[in-house]
Amino acid sequence: MSVLVYTESEQGAFKKAAFEVASYAKAVANQLGTTVTAVSINVNDTSALGNYGVDKVLNISNSQLDNFNANAYASAIKQAAEKENTQVVIVSSTADSKYLAPLLAVGLNAGYASNVVEAPSSTSPFTVKRTAFTNKAFETTQINTDVKIVGVSNNAFGLVENSVSASAEDFSPSIPDLGVTVKSVDKATDKVTIADAEIVVSAGRGLKGPENWGMIEELADVLGAATACSKPVSDLGWRPHGEHVGQTGKPVASNLYIAIGISGAIQHLAGINASKVKVVINTDPEAPFFKAADYGVVGDAFQVVPELIEKLKAFKAQQ
Amino acid sequence: MKILVCISHVPDTTSKINFSDDNTTFDTNGVQFVINPNDEFGLTRAMWFKEKQGASVTVVNVGGPETEPTLRKALAIGADEAIRVNTIATDGFSVAKQLANVINSGGYNLVIAGRESIDYNGGMVPGMIAGLINANFVNNCIELEVDGNSAKATREIDGGKETVTTSLPLVIGGQKGLVEESDLRIPNMRGIMMARKKPLNVLEPVNANPETTSVSFEKPTPKGAVTLVSPDNLDELVNLLHNEAKVI
Repeated sequence: MSVLVYTESEQGAFKKAAFEVASYAKAVANQLGTTVTAVSINVNDTSALGNYGVDKVLNISNSQLDNFNANAYASAIKQAAEKENTQVVIVSSTADSKYLAPLLAVGLNAGYASNVVEAPSSTSPFTVKRTAFTNKAFETTQINTDVKIVGVSNNAFGLVENSVSASAEDFSPSIPDLGVTVKSVDKATDKVTIADAEIVVSAGRGLKGPENWGMIEELADVLGAATACSKPVSDLGWRPHGEHVGQTGKPVASNLYIAIGISGAIQHLAGINASKVKVVINTDPEAPFFKAADYGVVGDAFQVVPELIEKLKAFKAQQ
Repeated sequence: MKILVCISHVPDTTSKINFSDDNTTFDTNGVQFVINPNDEFGLTRAMWFKEKQGASVTVVNVGGPETEPTLRKALAIGADEAIRVNTIATDGFSVAKQLANVINSGGYNLVIAGRESIDYNGGMVPGMIAGLINANFVNNCIELEVDGNSAKATREIDGGKETVTTSLPLVIGGQKGLVEESDLRIPNMRGIMMARKKPLNVLEPVNANPETTSVSFEKPTPKGAVTLVSPDNLDELVNLLHNEAKVI
């Protein structure tokens, strides 16, 4: 009996979310008085997981799993959970983990709570706190099944170092019919994704046109942040759909969200409210975003942003 | 193509969210309910399949009689018939189990649900349906074409998108992109009149024990007022983000 954590990777390296869910799994294991086993798929060096309290790694190497496939990945994790006689499975809130978790839940007859923001308040009954009503409320949920799946919200628990030496073991689950075949992937590999980002720099119609995004990208670059945009901007085709954040776009749960030239419609705020600290830069002091933000600058983005970039560069140089 | 579109009956985005005095249930007083936005994109895509490829479109909801106006709206938009599974939706699993039963007995080969509802945000019903009926599944779907038994879909991934091929029976976790916001349809008077005559069948639920139970709700602690920083003093903003908020 151990806590099993699915540590997601990309191109053979762990995503940041993997270390966060490992940290969470360690906290749950401590509550239950047990150990943490991680499942990793096609990662060469898994030793970094030991920094976050993982005792054992089940290493799966299989070229059929080079592309993410929800069915096959869920099946592999299910087999790992059964082998380890697992009581609790921890996954992240990346697009891929949210895709496979419901399939895994059916496979394991496990209750699944998504968007969980804290360690369980109790393990018997197993009780967790999650966001609901698109970040307008928290829900305390009890998972009643023998096996439980917890989906941890991005950046909610944070990274907790807990150095142990992780042993590694090769694991070869059987692979079911894939059912869904990847034909092409269109992805910028050199950019921080919104899901993985600690800081998100987002801009709206206040920028007046797509040609003005250079300074947004530069600001993101200085901060190591992901770029995002409001719905009108993606509807106008100024920025790709994948950057649209808000209720019908991507959810954001970053540590810092900087909104530039975004008025703050309720649908936008709903999608980004899980971010911990919000900064707004807008010419209109009446923009609703000022009511949702922690820090605000009433000013013209075309003056404020370049100057902020210079100030941040100076700050970073001092660090 | 026999399409089932799963419709969640949710509070409108602009609704104030309140709970009962003991914080155990959502207070529906004065709340305007709508078709879940992610489901509405799927419903509109289904209407295109109906108009261009002759598909039949059934909409389904798991809920009490109070959810029927939402189903009637879907009929007014153009769905052929509606099903209401007569039970209170408790958790994602029990809803998925009811829907899987509807799919198995109705022989639907394309199921379109929203990637998540905007009330409980579980994001699990489409995937659980796929697992329960053993169908192919594409989540966060932003483009979908079906030709005979084959389907080509695009899904949003972190940092980009991915195009996949698969086959029916297929479950879609849909979102904006399946159609655009400007493609969404507002029911016209003719549609509303016709919707009154379309069948809305009430089915009794199958046995499905919830796997999770909602214990209580709370609202986030109200946020303090915004700290304004002068545009002439951005050093102060950097200082606040570093020393006070500790995020850079």
